Amino acid sequence: MSMLTFAGVHAHYGAIHALRGVDIHVEEGEIVTLIGANGAGKSTLMMTLFGQPRASQGSISYQGRDITRMATHDISRQGIALVPEGRRIFPRMTVLENLQMGATFAKPEHFDGDIKRVFELFPVLEARQAQRAGTLSGGEQQMLAIGRALMGRPTLLLLDEPSLGLAPLYIKLIFRTIEALNKEGMTILLVEQNAHHALKVAHRGYVLQHGGIVLTGTGKELLASPEVRAAYLEGGAEISHA
Amino acid sequence: MGQFIQQLINGLTLGAVYGLIALGYTMVYGIIGMINFAHGDVYMVSAIMAVTFITLLSALGISSVPLMLVLVLVIVIALTSVYGWTVERTAYRPLRNSTRLAPLISAIGMSIFLQNMVQITQGARVKPVPTLLPGSLELFTANGFTVHLAYTQILIVLVTVALLIGFTALITRTSFGRQQRACEQDRTMTALLGINVDRTISLTFMLGAALAAVAGVMVTVYYGVVDFSIGFVAGIKAFTAAVLGGIGSLPGAMLGGLIIGMIESFWSAYLSPEYKDVATFVILILVLMFRPSGLLGRPEVEKV
Repeated sequence: MSMLTFAGVHAHYGAIHALRGVDIHVEEGEIVTLIGANGAGKSTLMMTLFGQPRASQGSISYQGRDITRMATHDISRQGIALVPEGRRIFPRMTVLENLQMGATFAKPEHFDGDIKRVFELFPVLEARQAQRAGTLSGGEQQMLAIGRALMGRPTLLLLDEPSLGLAPLYIKLIFRTIEALNKEGMTILLVEQNAHHALKVAHRGYVLQHGGIVLTGTGKELLASPEVRAAYLEGGAEISHA
Repeated sequence: MGQFIQQLINGLTLGAVYGLIALGYTMVYGIIGMINFAHGDVYMVSAIMAVTFITLLSALGISSVPLMLVLVLVIVIALTSVYGWTVERTAYRPLRNSTRLAPLISAIGMSIFLQNMVQITQGARVKPVPTLLPGSLELFTANGFTVHLAYTQILIVLVTVALLIGFTALITRTSFGRQQRACEQDRTMTALLGINVDRTISLTFMLGAALAAVAGVMVTVYYGVVDFSIGFVAGIKAFTAAVLGGIGSLPGAMLGGLIIGMIESFWSAYLSPEYKDVATFVILILVLMFRPSGLLGRPEVEKV
């Protein structure tokens, strides 16, 4: 049984038919990446998992439970955390408060150990813990968003474009962190425009185009695939439907 | 000089009451971006309940004033919170994803409904209560004017200060306070962290109603008379206080309340008591024209 399964999922954003029958699965312990151009439906796919928007057709299940119609906050409490597109930290709260928000439903006795671990991963957050989160740089905000997600002790971590707009040094750090978390046993679903980096760390990947999966394979296979190279690594033509 | 100090004391008392009501406006605005125009009437309902329970408890033979005050406060806070919860649940939540105007119209409808409900069930006449805390301290006499500090005024200011300390601690230091502030900043992200946003909004309405209930009980004890229509003017003044302080800002609401209370008190004493309401509304208009974000508010930023 897969940890996460999308079966024929359709979703709409207003009048836009954003997902058109998506089938994906994520196994425990994997890093799975979703690549695709802007507007292909990657972020929608992640938000549909949380019921924002709801899947209009098809079903989503997590650890054997159907979560398609579950309330957003209940889905999160199943052990799924999202590092969303644009980070969405709480700008008028301190760094520490943001991390506390992430730990709202974790056991209080884990708090001290968990925050220590986040500060080990991202020492800059410890130095700035009393600072308003809105005053952090983009890279620091990204670390905070990841730290906040980790404070909830998720079993599945979703990351939406964590490298977007970051300096190369930060991108390296973020990807190193993703690999380290996975080695500790965390399952990761990663959405990226930075296909090269994402495919290098991922066990498997899916290519999303116009709301549908057009290609799938291991990270290595996709990296080597001429279509992927042409479309996402060297920039160019779309993949024609097989 | 004596007159000035006296008006300062009166204004502070009045301002504490407006501030307590204003907090409810500003909290609800902060979390769902709407003006709860029924809030003043929730306050009125709490004052009517205070009359009922003071009368009832006196009839039951409770003669200790502190015990009476504590009992009335606890009962009225509890019942008024239920009103706050019900108002949100029935009039606003069903319109959550509707246009911005819909809940506003619904709020005005709820306000009219509450006023009429009280008028029909309790009668339109002014309701008196016996004076619970008679007497005052004579502070000093200057030029033949004696400055009084009534015991009820001391009570109102002390209760308000204690409440504000507790309330500030709740918002800044507890998990609920963080969840409440998180909802203000990004409701979707808050839900993604596992927090039940609807529940947080309900609790915010209950908290706002509870603060208004304290104001309602205090006003009943202070003036000794209430009727079904007091919610309208008090509501608009507290709303003005919230706007003046910067809608969405909690310290702003309290500061705005104090300023409005002072202006009203001084205006009545030195200019004309008939036109004291005009003073408040002129301020509302001026603030909306020249400083819509208020004294302590953040400038409105369009959310993307």
